Amino acid sequence: MMKRSLSLGLIVAGLAGALTVSAMAEDAAKAAAPAAHEAAAPAEEGGGHSQPQPPRNDWSFAGVFGHYDQAQLQRGFRVFREVCSNCHSANLLAFRNLSEPGGPEFSEAQVKALAAEYKVKELSDKTGDIEERPARPSDHWPAPFANEIKAREANGGALPPDMSVLAKARSFHKPFPFFIFDALPGLSYQEHGVDYITAIMNGYRDEKPHGAKADDTLAAGQSWNEYMPGYKIGMPKPLSDGAVDYTDGTPKTVDQYAKDVSAFLMWTAEPKLEQRKKTGMRALIFLLVLSGLLYATKKRIWSNVPH
Amino acid sequence: MSNVATTTTMPNSAHPEPTRRDMLYLATGAVAAVGAGALAWPFIAQMNPDASTLALSSTEVDIGAIPEGQIVTIKWRGKPVFIRHRTKKEIEEAVNVDVAKLPDPQPDSARVKKPEWLVVIGVCTHLGCIPLGHQGPYDGWFCPCHGSAYDTSGRIRQGPAPRNLVVPDYAFLTPTKIKVG
Amino acid sequence: MSGPSTYVPKNAAARWLEQRLPILGFAHDSFVAYPTPKNLNYWWTFGAILSFMLVAQIVTGVVLAMHYTANTNLAFNSVEHIMRDVNWGWMIRYLHANGASMFFLAVYIHIARGLYYGSYKAPREVLWILGVVIFLLMMATAFMGYVLPWGQMSFWGATVITNLFSAIPLVGDAITTWLWGGYSVDNPTLNRFFSLHYLLPFMIAAVVGLHVWALHVVGQNNPAGVDIKDVAKDSVPFTPHATMKDALGISVFLMLFAWFAFFVPNYLGHSDNYIEANPLVTPPHIVPEWYFLPFYAILRAIPSKLGGVIFMFGSIAVLFVLPWLDTSRVRSATYRPLYKIFFWLFILCVICLGWLGSQPPEGGAVLAARILTAYYFIHFLVIMPLLGLFETTKPVPASIADAVLAKQAGQAGAAH
Repeated sequence: MMKRSLSLGLIVAGLAGALTVSAMAEDAAKAAAPAAHEAAAPAEEGGGHSQPQPPRNDWSFAGVFGHYDQAQLQRGFRVFREVCSNCHSANLLAFRNLSEPGGPEFSEAQVKALAAEYKVKELSDKTGDIEERPARPSDHWPAPFANEIKAREANGGALPPDMSVLAKARSFHKPFPFFIFDALPGLSYQEHGVDYITAIMNGYRDEKPHGAKADDTLAAGQSWNEYMPGYKIGMPKPLSDGAVDYTDGTPKTVDQYAKDVSAFLMWTAEPKLEQRKKTGMRALIFLLVLSGLLYATKKRIWSNVPH
Repeated sequence: MSNVATTTTMPNSAHPEPTRRDMLYLATGAVAAVGAGALAWPFIAQMNPDASTLALSSTEVDIGAIPEGQIVTIKWRGKPVFIRHRTKKEIEEAVNVDVAKLPDPQPDSARVKKPEWLVVIGVCTHLGCIPLGHQGPYDGWFCPCHGSAYDTSGRIRQGPAPRNLVVPDYAFLTPTKIKVG
Repeated sequence: MSGPSTYVPKNAAARWLEQRLPILGFAHDSFVAYPTPKNLNYWWTFGAILSFMLVAQIVTGVVLAMHYTANTNLAFNSVEHIMRDVNWGWMIRYLHANGASMFFLAVYIHIARGLYYGSYKAPREVLWILGVVIFLLMMATAFMGYVLPWGQMSFWGATVITNLFSAIPLVGDAITTWLWGGYSVDNPTLNRFFSLHYLLPFMIAAVVGLHVWALHVVGQNNPAGVDIKDVAKDSVPFTPHATMKDALGISVFLMLFAWFAFFVPNYLGHSDNYIEANPLVTPPHIVPEWYFLPFYAILRAIPSKLGGVIFMFGSIAVLFVLPWLDTSRVRSATYRPLYKIFFWLFILCVICLGWLGSQPPEGGAVLAARILTAYYFIHFLVIMPLLGLFETTKPVPASIADAVLAKQAGQAGAAH
C-alpha cells in the first residue's frame, strides 16, 4: 500500500513538477540551443554523408507558455505577401484571419483595405459570367495561379506547394532516442516544421554541399540547398538582404526574413496555438487539483481496508 | 472534519460507509462537477455559427440599378431579404394607415430609413415561408402557405402571422449602396 | 451476478420502476454492491480508463461529424475548417486524434496486464476472446478514421492496407475492388469508410457491454490470481472503493492525454498528413500510426505477399487461442518466476517490432524483424505450452486475504 501510494504520488508530483519547471527548462534549453547546435553541426558534417539537421531556433511560440510575436507575424506577413505569394498559394488563409486574436492582429480597417487591393473571381448574378470583384475580409487569399497546370507551367515544371499548413506539413526525422525527448514536458520540441523552413531559406549554397554525391549535378532551374533532402531544390533563392522593407528597424537580412516568414507560416498552419496552450495549461492545472483530491479521497476510503 | 472522520471509522468493519458531509468528498465532487461543466461548454459552443459563417454576416448591395416599383431579393445569412424601391402610391398606401388598428402597430416611418426604400427579411413571421411580392389584398406581399397578407410597408394586415416582416440592421453606405447586417 | 438482487429501493418511485424494469437493481448489483477483489492494483484501473476513452471518442467523433465532409474534394479542407473556424473545433479535433492514440496506449496496457496476471485463463476465456474482438474492431475503426482527413498518409495508408486483401488467392482482386467501390481508393472509398468509422464504435460499445457482462459473471481476476472465496474477507464493494480508485486512474491518465492533445498534438501524427491526398505521388516513406507498427513490421518481415498478410492477422488471431495455449495451472506471473521473464521478453519483442515497423525495410532491419516475428509466434505457440509443463511455480496463496497478509508481512519485513 505504502509503496504504491508513494509511487502514484510520485507520478502526480512528477507531472506537477515537470509542468512548473518546464518554463525554466525551456529557458535553459533556449539558452543552450544555439551552443548545442554549433557543437552538433560540425560533428554531423564530420560524419560524412548524413545531411545536417535544421538548426533549432528560438521561437516565441515554443513551449507551454508559447505565444506569437505579433510584430514578427506582421513582418512575416510582409515577406509572405511581397515574396512568397507570387508563386505560392495559401488557400486556407482568409483575409479576416489577419485581424483575428492570436495572429498578426492587424486592425479590421487595415484588413478591409488590404483585401480591397486584391481581386477575387466570382459568378456574377447579373451577367452569369465569372467576374472579378475586390476582395472582402471574408474572402480567402487569392492564389497566384488558376490551377496546378498553370502553376507548373510558370515554374519550370515544379509545383510551389500551398503554404496554408506548410509549417505542419514539413518535418525532419530525429534518431532514437532524441525523438522521444521531443514529446516530454520541459523538453518538448514541436517546431520541426518552422525550423526546417527557416533552414531551407538560409540553406542556399553556390557550391555543392559536402554531403551531396560526387556525381550529382543540378538540373535547369535547380539550386543547391544544404537542408533540402537530396540537397537539390527547385525553388530559386527567394530572399536576399534588403529585398523586403522593414519599417520598425528590424535588420533586413535573409536570416531575419526567413525567421519572420517561418513564424508567419506557423501561424497560418496553427492559428489557434495560443488558445490551445492557454486552455491546455488550465486543463492540466485542473486535472492536477482533481487528481490530488481524488487521491486523498481514495486513500481515506481505503484507509481501513488492508489491500 | 476530523470528528466526522473518527465517528465513521468503525473498528472491525470491513466496509466503512463514509459520511456524505465529509468536506473532502464534497470538495472532490465539486471540483469534478466544475470540470465537467467547463468541458461541456466547447461541445455546446461548437454548434454555434463558426467564424467563416460569422464573417459572411454582412452583405453589401448596390441598389442603384433597381427601378421604381421593383423588388429585388438578395441572400443574407441564408435567408432572402427583400429590397423594394417603392412608388409614390405605395409609400402613400403605407403612410396613410390608422396605425392603432394594425395587428402589429408600427408606423411606416419606423420601418424605413428612406421612404422610397423598404428593406425587410423575406420570411413570413408565421412559420417561415417566403411571401410573394406585389400580391394579396394590400399590394404588399402574400404568403401562399397560410394566407398571411402584408402591406407595402411589410406589415401584417390579415392572416395568421403574428408580426410584421422583420427589418434587418442595414445602413446606407452611399445613396446607392446599402450594407445589410 | 447470481442470486437475487440485494438492492432495496429507497422510495416509492424507485420501487415502482423496479417492479417494471429492474434497471436500478441491475446497476446497483453491477456497479455498487459488486464484490471487487481488494488486492487490485492500479493496472486494474485501465478497464475504467478504456470505458472513459470510448465515450470520449464517441462524443468528440459525433461532434466532428457535424462539421466534416466526406468528399475527396472537400475532406481535407473541412478538417482544416474545423481546426480554424469551428468554435473550439481545434480542441475537439486534437482530442479525437490524440484520443485514438491514448485509447490504444490504454488497451495495450490492459492487454499486457491480462497477459501478466493470466486473466485469459479459465473461467475467463470468453471474457478474453471478447476483448480480442474489441481490439480488432478498434483497429478497424482507427484505420478508417485515419483515412478521413484525406492527407497523403490517409490516402496511401488506405491504399496499402486495402491492397492486403488482394493477396487472397483467386478472389483477392475482386474483394479489393469491392472494398474500394472503384479501381483505386477514391470518393466511394472515403464515403464508406466514414460511414463505417461512425458505425463501428457503437459495435465496440456493444461488445464492451458483453465484455463487462462476462466479467461480472466470472468475477475479476486479481494480482494473486485466486478467485474470491469469502466475500467479506477477500473483497470490497465496487462503490466507493473501486469507483474512486478508477476515477483517480482516469484523472491521472487524462493528464497524459491533455499533455499530448494541448502541447504536442502533432507528435504522434505524421507531417505528411498535412499534405492533401495526391493519388499520383507516393510519400517517400509510408508508416502507419504508432499503434500499428508492430503488426506492420510483421507484415513486412515475411517475404511473400500472402504470407505477410497471414502472419499479420495470425499475430492477433493467436490471441484467440491463448487460453488453451497456456498450460500452467497458476494464473498470476507473481508466482511464475520463469513466465515473468518471458513476459518481459515478449513485451520487449513487441516494442522492438514497433520500432522496426517505423524504419525503412533495409538491411539489418529486415533480418531483425524476421527474428522478432519468429519469436513473437514462438512465445505463444511454443513457450506458453511448454512453460506450464516445466516451470516450477511458487506456492499460491489460499485466498486473496492471505495474499494481502503475506504482502504486508513482506513490506513490514522490508521496512525493518
